[in-house]
Amino acid sequence: MYDISSLYQATSVADAIRALQADPKAILIAGGTDVLIKIREGRLPGCSLVSIHELGEELRGIALAPNGDVEIGPLSTFRDVTFSPIIRQHIPVLGEATDMAGGPQLRAVGTIGGNVCNGVTSADSASTLMALDAVLVVRGPAGERRVPISQWYKGVHQVNLAHDELLVKLLIPRENYDGFTGHYIKYAQRSAMDIATLGVSCLVKLSEDKRLVRQVKLAFGVANPVPMRSPAAEAAVAGLPLEEAIAQIGKAALQDVNPRTSWRASREFRLQLVEELSGRALREAARKGGAAV
Amino acid sequence: MMEILRCTVNNKPVEVGIDPRESLADTLRQRLGLTSVKKGCEVGECGACTVLVDGVAIDSCIYLSVWAQGKTILTVEGLRDENGELTPLQKAFVEEAAVQCGFCTPGIIMSAVEIVGSGKLYTREELRKLISGHLCRCTGYENILNAVERAVQEAHKFVGKEE
Repeated sequence: MYDISSLYQATSVADAIRALQADPKAILIAGGTDVLIKIREGRLPGCSLVSIHELGEELRGIALAPNGDVEIGPLSTFRDVTFSPIIRQHIPVLGEATDMAGGPQLRAVGTIGGNVCNGVTSADSASTLMALDAVLVVRGPAGERRVPISQWYKGVHQVNLAHDELLVKLLIPRENYDGFTGHYIKYAQRSAMDIATLGVSCLVKLSEDKRLVRQVKLAFGVANPVPMRSPAAEAAVAGLPLEEAIAQIGKAALQDVNPRTSWRASREFRLQLVEELSGRALREAARKGGAAV
Repeated sequence: MMEILRCTVNNKPVEVGIDPRESLADTLRQRLGLTSVKKGCEVGECGACTVLVDGVAIDSCIYLSVWAQGKTILTVEGLRDENGELTPLQKAFVEEAAVQCGFCTPGIIMSAVEIVGSGKLYTREELRKLISGHLCRCTGYENILNAVERAVQEAHKFVGKEE
């Protein structure tokens, strides 16, 4: 039996916002794959929950807007994202990243919205969403606001979301994925049921002849207390021949990252991973874009 | 604070009083006596509590019972062929010696029900990934993979789908 003092099942987004306003200590629960585990560990004793688990009709699903933007409902599970024909066609790297979280049963339940709202640096979808400059649409009592993901993460477990606000949409603007190919590398001890020691997501846009890097977007998980981009690496390789870019991108990224030592790995090892995996991720992303490297 | 859960369990309509704080694994085991559902890690890592909810394999230990309202749940107790015997999938587990202590078996069987039910063919590597949400401390997984592979191939002969 979970240590829960009350559980309210919201009937709509508006109802969930009302319930959050009414109870300043309430915790929002969606898929439950993180919240229930925290409860079991005794980290939320006697908590009161507002469940949005059953709001699939309002908050689940992936659509292509007429202007080409990809819209992801936050209750879409990792599995929904991975197997969405829209994601597979337009942003396969995001589906590949969500396919690396936990194991199959967890991916059928855990949601992409929860992954982002938890504010955890190791979240498998986070670095790719950073690289894509996703826009998070948030709704509260006063209406909706749009938060660029670069302004989302405030600290460990802290995101730009007020107590009575809900994430209602993840938006990937067309210009942020169109013409790019991407690759996500999750470095972990096991290939399933593990948390990333380091995550790297790289998007690249190549020249017509596939020899030059036009633009790179490089993002990391676990290289900093929150998911991050590496502006230094992105600037250093723009316009370079591909092999040169692959050779230099990792070193350049070291200027931006600030990993810590944890029981999973030391800071030094994570720095080595940043340097090595950035080049590998760029190489794979470029291959997917048709480069012969 | 009891609530009534109405859902379909193993093809039968069920009405059961539940505590909203309990997991689906607890409801199935303790209120409905479906003890094929095993509680191993209780944090969604070992897969021993796997059941199908609306046809999808999930860890029932980290799924609140209140969320099962109106849904369709399947456990190993609900599996049988038309003669009341073991299903071809279960027979494959027996014949391939995919069972040792048996604790992980019901959970893996339920994941395999979903895999086999897709009617698709999978490579060994794909199957490995599809059952990666289960821990087995006895078999070393090879015989389990043999059994799932065999059941997938047998099912494909009847309801084969490409892709």
